[in-house]
Amino acid sequence: MSDVAIKARNLSKVYELGRKSERYATVRDTLMDAMRGAARALRGTRAKDKPKPETIWALRDMSFDVQRGDVVALIGRNGAGKSTLLKILSRITYPTGGSAEIHGRVGSLLEVGTGFHPELTGRENIFLNGAILGMRKAEIDRQFDAIVEFSELARFMDTAVKHYSTGMYLRLAFAVAAHMDTEILLIDEVLAVGDASFQKKCLGKMGDVAAAGRTVLFVSHNMGAVAGLCKRAIWIDEGGVRADGGVEDVAQRYLGALAQGAFRFDSEDHHLSIREVLLKNAEGNVTSQFAPGEDLVIEIGFEATRRLEKPYIVIVINNLYGPCFAANMQLDGRRPVAFEGSGRMSCRFKAIPLLPQPYTVNLAIRSGNGRDWILPSQEVAAFTVAAPLEDYGFQSEVIHRFAGGAIPVLIPYEWTQPDGSVSSIGITSRELLEGGSNPVGDLVGSE
Amino acid sequence: MKRTETVAAIGPRTSVTRILPSRGWISLRLDEVWEYRELLYFLIWRDVKVRYKQTALGASWAILQPLMTMLVFTVFFGGLARVGSDGLPYPIFSYAGLLPWTLFAEGVSRSSASLVASSNLIKKVYFPRLIVPASAVFAGVPDFAIAFVVLIGLMAFYGIWPSATILFLPLLLLLVLAIGLGVGMWLSALNVKYRDVRYVVPFFVQIWLFVTPVIYPASKVALKLESRGLPSWLYGLNPMAGVVEGFRWALLGRTASPISLILASTAVTILVVVSGAFYFRRMEKTFADVV
Repeated sequence: MSDVAIKARNLSKVYELGRKSERYATVRDTLMDAMRGAARALRGTRAKDKPKPETIWALRDMSFDVQRGDVVALIGRNGAGKSTLLKILSRITYPTGGSAEIHGRVGSLLEVGTGFHPELTGRENIFLNGAILGMRKAEIDRQFDAIVEFSELARFMDTAVKHYSTGMYLRLAFAVAAHMDTEILLIDEVLAVGDASFQKKCLGKMGDVAAAGRTVLFVSHNMGAVAGLCKRAIWIDEGGVRADGGVEDVAQRYLGALAQGAFRFDSEDHHLSIREVLLKNAEGNVTSQFAPGEDLVIEIGFEATRRLEKPYIVIVINNLYGPCFAANMQLDGRRPVAFEGSGRMSCRFKAIPLLPQPYTVNLAIRSGNGRDWILPSQEVAAFTVAAPLEDYGFQSEVIHRFAGGAIPVLIPYEWTQPDGSVSSIGITSRELLEGGSNPVGDLVGSE
Repeated sequence: MKRTETVAAIGPRTSVTRILPSRGWISLRLDEVWEYRELLYFLIWRDVKVRYKQTALGASWAILQPLMTMLVFTVFFGGLARVGSDGLPYPIFSYAGLLPWTLFAEGVSRSSASLVASSNLIKKVYFPRLIVPASAVFAGVPDFAIAFVVLIGLMAFYGIWPSATILFLPLLLLLVLAIGLGVGMWLSALNVKYRDVRYVVPFFVQIWLFVTPVIYPASKVALKLESRGLPSWLYGLNPMAGVVEGFRWALLGRTASPISLILASTAVTILVVVSGAFYFRRMEKTFADVV
């Protein structure tokens, strides 16, 4: 028996454009088409004068193998085909061409809380949702206590879910999903929602799952999660595999491409498009390379076809292992009055105190009611910080050229040695550094 | 039939799923529906559980609906129009007919809308889609059982005791569910593609009521058919005719044995169920993209 868990060969999926907005035909349309066809046949003209529906290839000739026990991250832009791939592998939709072979029982989690019924209690929803996810009743019975414990909602088990807060709802839903006991797990970006502690818990659980030797294929926009959970990543772009390999390498290449300002996003539901996200320095030049102590300006170009009242914007700067710092309107409350028409707004982080590493910028937008995600948090741009480590006041003996792996945010600090001597480390602002050619330590110390 | 979309030996470890583009007619894969029977159970349970939530009268609605309809029928058709009831008291005559009819009509209405109503499930989770209209049909059974208690009360009141023909009742119950499922499969799959269905269904169910011997006895139609030299079982081509008449016969006796009518209805039911199942399976692959 081979050790391949998932084998995809030339998978393709074509959608007809227009389907999305029209969604379904009516009998009248079908009858009219048939009549036109008949009329054409009578006149002897061919059907080709009817324009062919435009099509888009959600997937195009995608091939890859996943070995048993592999944990693989799927990364890529919105609409690159990641979710379509998971839908095909979960058998929710069918490929237009190609084939896939899956060895083992598949559990897929494309959404948290699918099938939850607001009128039913937490206890009842555990059983309903478990059954929907493909669990046996006996299995749910066995896992019930563990699910309740994971959800931390023991007191609310007999309360209707409609009285739950969003956070409680997500906790219960994820608790059920986390106890799916299949050999292969397909997980879409389900962690983008929920608060930080919830995400942390879920990531921990996913780490356990991965460590247990199960095969996991998951979509993520959180490079921190990607790097922490798996060794391999597949970068999907325009329906095909753009890169496949070690997670750090693939993530780097993906972030490199993002840095070119390629991010775009359209929310039909909220009539909002993000046209571009640009990173600029203090001089207003677009760049993806910054020096420590320099200002980082994140500029968002948007277009709102309908007035969007008081959205919340959250911007998070991450390195490969997680968030470093953020600008969060849910904390500071400085929301724009409205997005209307096309416009721009920006956020300036002053004198970024970062070590030389690659970083990503995550953007999330929530509607004015604070509940609906317009844009769930995801990478919108990437940049690197580059500087000789001497600039930070580091001594050459410990310096690696790239301070990868270190905690990236560096607040100025000083050591007082046993002999009473003081050494100062850190950069306060670019201007100060450039103002004099003295070592940084002296600058900080002289303040 | 080589290109089935899955070749799955169910059971842990050894199962291999092949995913291929699906073309043409495909097998029904009832084994898979069986594999997912617990989900069917949970969806029925959900429907039943949720149905009378936040209603003041709760499950009494299951009794009130057929009871009120029976009263209206008794006043207008039994009393004013005097349509006849094969010598039975009109209230029990119409109530015994309304029971299977309500089970069928509610099942068809619910199941025809079921796929569209479950679009969220269909787009996010895999399971045999057949479970959705099936659960909608079967979810009417508890209501039926509650309303049946009233029928027993009525029978006691009128002093009608069932004979051995009552043994046919479970079979007839199966037959109603099968018709409901067959029609439900057709309509729910059509509804995914043509949303016109939702406007047609109420009208369609109402017309069907009038061609089914709920209000009037089947013997009237049989007489009309025979007077034109046609066999009376032709009426059984409306599968609900056989069922409703069968119910009265099985429970209340006193009418002529409608076996030929039931046989004709059964044949039509099999046709509707099999064609419905194949049509459903054929359309199933597009549900997630269209719904």
